[in-house]
Amino acid sequence: MADNTTNKLQLNVKSVSHRFGRRRVLSDVSFRCETGDAICVTGHNGSGKSTLLRILSGLLVPTGGDVELIKGGTKLGKSERRRALRLVSPEISLYESLTGFENIELVTKLSGVEVSQSEMESALEEVGLEGRGDDMFGAYSSGMKQRLKIATAMITEPAVLLLDEPTANLDDAGRERIYHIMHDFQVRGILIFATNEKQEVRFGGQVVGLD
Amino acid sequence: MGWIKRVIALTAKDIRVELRTRYAINSLVLFAVVTLVAVGMTIGLQINTPSLHAGFIWIAILFSSLQAQSLSFVKEEEAKTGDLLRLYTDPGVVYIGKLLFSFVLSAFLAVVLIVLYIFLMDLSVPDMGQFIVMILLGTIALASATTIIAAIVSRTAMKGALFAVLSFPLLLPILIVAISGTESILTGVKWTVLFDDIRILIAYPAIVVTLSYMLFEYVWNE
Repeated sequence: MADNTTNKLQLNVKSVSHRFGRRRVLSDVSFRCETGDAICVTGHNGSGKSTLLRILSGLLVPTGGDVELIKGGTKLGKSERRRALRLVSPEISLYESLTGFENIELVTKLSGVEVSQSEMESALEEVGLEGRGDDMFGAYSSGMKQRLKIATAMITEPAVLLLDEPTANLDDAGRERIYHIMHDFQVRGILIFATNEKQEVRFGGQVVGLD
Repeated sequence: MGWIKRVIALTAKDIRVELRTRYAINSLVLFAVVTLVAVGMTIGLQINTPSLHAGFIWIAILFSSLQAQSLSFVKEEEAKTGDLLRLYTDPGVVYIGKLLFSFVLSAFLAVVLIVLYIFLMDLSVPDMGQFIVMILLGTIALASATTIIAAIVSRTAMKGALFAVLSFPLLLPILIVAISGTESILTGVKWTVLFDDIRILIAYPAIVVTLSYMLFEYVWNE
C-alpha cells in the first residue's frame, strides 16, 4: 500500500524575524503547516505580510530564524524548493511586451514544464481570460493582470501557493473565480495568502496575525 | 525540459522583447550613427593611420556596448520582472541566457558600426576574414565582462556611475588587445602574427564567463 505521508509537504516556519536596516519588520513568527492546510496572514499595512511571503518564497533571506520545506522527512534544497513554491504578488510582474500566451509559455519553459496550447487556453479560461491570450500583457487592466499572474503560477502546478493580496484590483466576478481556485488548491497543496479582506480570512484554517 | 532549452527560452524572450520595444536598438544605432558621422565629417578623411582607425572603431564599439549591456538587468528590476526570473528558474539559466542576449546584441551592433565605419571613413581592410574574427572576438569579450557588471549594479542606487567605475579596470586590458590586433590587421599581417591577440581574446571571456557563472548566484540573489 502506498504511503501517502511521504508525498505530503511540511512547511516549518521557525522564529522568523526580519529587519530592514534598523527597522524590525517581523519578530519571531512561527507556524507549521502541511499539504491540505491554508494559512491566512493578516495585519495592518506595513506589518510585514509581504515580507513574510517573500521570505517563504525564498526571495528574501530572514535576518533571524529559518524556513524549512520538508518532503518525506527530507529538507528540500534551494532548487527543489524553488520548483515547489509559487508567489503571486503585486511587486512581481509579467512582461508587458509579451502576450498572455507568451508569458505563460516563457514561465513554464523557465520552470522546466512543458504545456500545450490547449492547457494554456484552459488556464486562461479558469481565470476568466478566455480569448485574451493573444493580447499584450501591457494592454490588460490591473484586474486582468492579476488573473493572468495567478493562471501563470497555477499552470506550473506548485505544491505551495503564496498569494499576496490575491483579489486586489478584481471585480466581484474575478474575486469569485480566484476564491474558487484557492478553494480547489488548498485540497492538494499548501495555500498561504496575505490579506486584509475579512471575507477572505474564512479560507484560512490557521490565521497568522502580524499586528 | 532541459537546461539548454530554458536558456534559449530566456534569450529568445529578450530578443522578442527587444524587437518589439526597440529599447536598446534604437538608441544604440542612433549613438553609432551620430558618433561615426561626427568623426567622419570632422577628421574622417584625414585619418590614414591604422592605429587611429583601430582606436576609433573600438571606442565606438565600447561606448555603444556599454550603453547596451548596462540596460539588460536594470530593465528587469525596473519592470519588476527580476523576481519573476528568481522565482521560476535557476540563476545559471538567467546568467547564460542574458549573456547570449548580450552576445547577439553586441554582434548586431558591431556589424552596424563596422559597415557604417567602412562606408563613411572609406576604410580599406586588407583581410576581411581577420577583421571579422577580431571584431567578433573583441565584442564577445566586452559582452562577457559587461554582463556580470550589469548584474552587479542592477539593484544599486548609483547604477550608471558604478557601472562605469567597475567597467574601466575590467575592460581596459581587452580594449588594448583588441585595438592592437585591429591595428595589425589594418597594416596587413599574416594570421600567425595575430595568434597571441586571438588567444587572449578567447581566454579572457572564457575566464570571465567561468568565474561569473560560479559567482552569479550570489550577485543575483543578494
